[in-house]
Amino acid sequence: MSTLLPFVRRAQAAPDPAAGTHRMSNSEKFISIEGIARRYPAPGAKTTTIFENLWLPMRRGEFVCMIGHSGCGKTTVLNILAGLEAPSEGAVIVDGQAIAGTSLDRAVIFQGHALLPWRTVLGNVAYAVSSRWRKAPKAEIEARAKKAIATVGLAGSEHKRPSELSGGMKQRVGIARALSIEPKILLMDEPFSALDALTRGTLQDEVRRICVETGQTVFMITHDVDEAIYLADRIVLMTNGPEAKVAEIVENPLPKDRDRTQLHHAPGYYALRNHLIDFLVSRSRTLRDAMPEGYDPRHPPVVRPSLSEADAAAITTDSLARRA
Amino acid sequence: MTRSINLRAGVLSLALLAAILLIWQVAVSGTAKTEAMDPEYAALMGQTATTGKSAMPGPLDVAETMWRHLKDPFYDRGPNDKGIGIQLAYSVGRVALGYGLAVIVAIPVGFLIGMSPLMSRALDPYIQILKPVSPLAWMPLALYTIKDSSLSAIFVIFICSVWPMLINTVFGVASTRKEWLNVARTLEVGPIRRAFTVILPAAAPTILTGMRISIGIAWLVIVAAEMLVGGTGIGYFVWNEWNNLSITNVITSILVIGLVGMVLDQLLARAQRLVTFPE
Repeated sequence: MSTLLPFVRRAQAAPDPAAGTHRMSNSEKFISIEGIARRYPAPGAKTTTIFENLWLPMRRGEFVCMIGHSGCGKTTVLNILAGLEAPSEGAVIVDGQAIAGTSLDRAVIFQGHALLPWRTVLGNVAYAVSSRWRKAPKAEIEARAKKAIATVGLAGSEHKRPSELSGGMKQRVGIARALSIEPKILLMDEPFSALDALTRGTLQDEVRRICVETGQTVFMITHDVDEAIYLADRIVLMTNGPEAKVAEIVENPLPKDRDRTQLHHAPGYYALRNHLIDFLVSRSRTLRDAMPEGYDPRHPPVVRPSLSEADAAAITTDSLARRA
Repeated sequence: MTRSINLRAGVLSLALLAAILLIWQVAVSGTAKTEAMDPEYAALMGQTATTGKSAMPGPLDVAETMWRHLKDPFYDRGPNDKGIGIQLAYSVGRVALGYGLAVIVAIPVGFLIGMSPLMSRALDPYIQILKPVSPLAWMPLALYTIKDSSLSAIFVIFICSVWPMLINTVFGVASTRKEWLNVARTLEVGPIRRAFTVILPAAAPTILTGMRISIGIAWLVIVAAEMLVGGTGIGYFVWNEWNNLSITNVITSILVIGLVGMVLDQLLARAQRLVTFPE
């Protein structure tokens, strides 16, 4: 029986009735993705549907990570949120208004940093600042840019060009550029995927610190389960594409004040990690082919795998005994 | 290591130069057998006929002529006897005018075409047909419509410089990295500011490549154009000296044309390095 327990525990980690019944009220929704679809023309007068009828609410100040395999349309969702792409159907409501096109309120941190190589670090950040405050005097623009550069720990490198910086430093400039315009929402498309593990760790710490300090609302795409666990308040799981769906929204049970180095000792960490990995390994495929009975795309199931291994063991034996 | 390879290359270059000069000198210094002739006829024909001396000048003759030209490059003794500096100045001036006009036209037009895939496709056939036409083929048309030979030469320079610049500008603008354009879009940068702050710097290295190709072609074409229109310029000078049978002057001009072409090319290469930034 004891050898079977881990599997039973994982089954137990499925929808928590309390979390499932709690739906975000309209006033809570800061961002609301409402029934968006993205279709591309395919050969032979057909269309390929990347995803359709996708609904996702987000609270103000919340850090949401989206996980899914390549081709599930994660980047498309982010581009629609940014306004770089228009949805084929549906709409995105931010702060009570449907978005149309890009906006300085929604800053994007690009996967490949996207710095302008002919501008210095200061020039790159100042370009964003002067776009936000068009009439501001030069001194103010420079001061704001320098402040943002200092926030990401690059003070002293203002006059270097991107080619003189390491990959991690370039991405820091990208983050400084996004932060400098004081956006309402920060959108990040696998911002750390091109970095080595050590640099990635330090940058995750920086991003977490900045976002907690400023109460920034963040939507981030990642492939990295540990990154999602460390950074996110809620993790959105996408099934495989095409015709991807939001399989479930996992609420992160770990405390707000997390320490990356101690994270794997936190109660519930492994339950959460195993849940996410199970999803990526098998459920992302099986769920695409057959969604469970009663799946409502408008209200994807909310899951809260909060149990430590010991707790899980106790509860499962309990419920098994009751059933028997 | 790089220093030693530079040194060795320099030594090798000098050795090659010495060898060429030596062969040249030997090739022209021999005398051939001559036949007995009427002394008056011999006096008329000079050394070529009397001693069998080669009509090709030797390197020393050319060096002497070159030194004479360089010592006094700007003398002006009537329409058929002007210093080589004045002739070069005319040619460089024509190239500057025609090329300058081409820059003014090709870069803005290329920008507009590059920004619009529709225009790009619509104008492509015209560019493809007009580009390979030898610029001198335009000369009769230019002479007929402009009715001024000097302006026609400038027009020919314009028409030959415009295509490489136009094509490179279109290509550079059209291939601006999408990421950079997205940065501008997310920052709500307007189209004019975007054109100057993102697209122009991104396309600048490609545009400069086009400008460098153009200046090379313009300098090639000006010599031929001036041979046709006559009057002034280094091309006319070469043709005039050919008519004078002054081979030393022709060889001198060839070297000077090469030097000026190299300087023009290096100037644009330097400009290109100034606008190119590694990522």
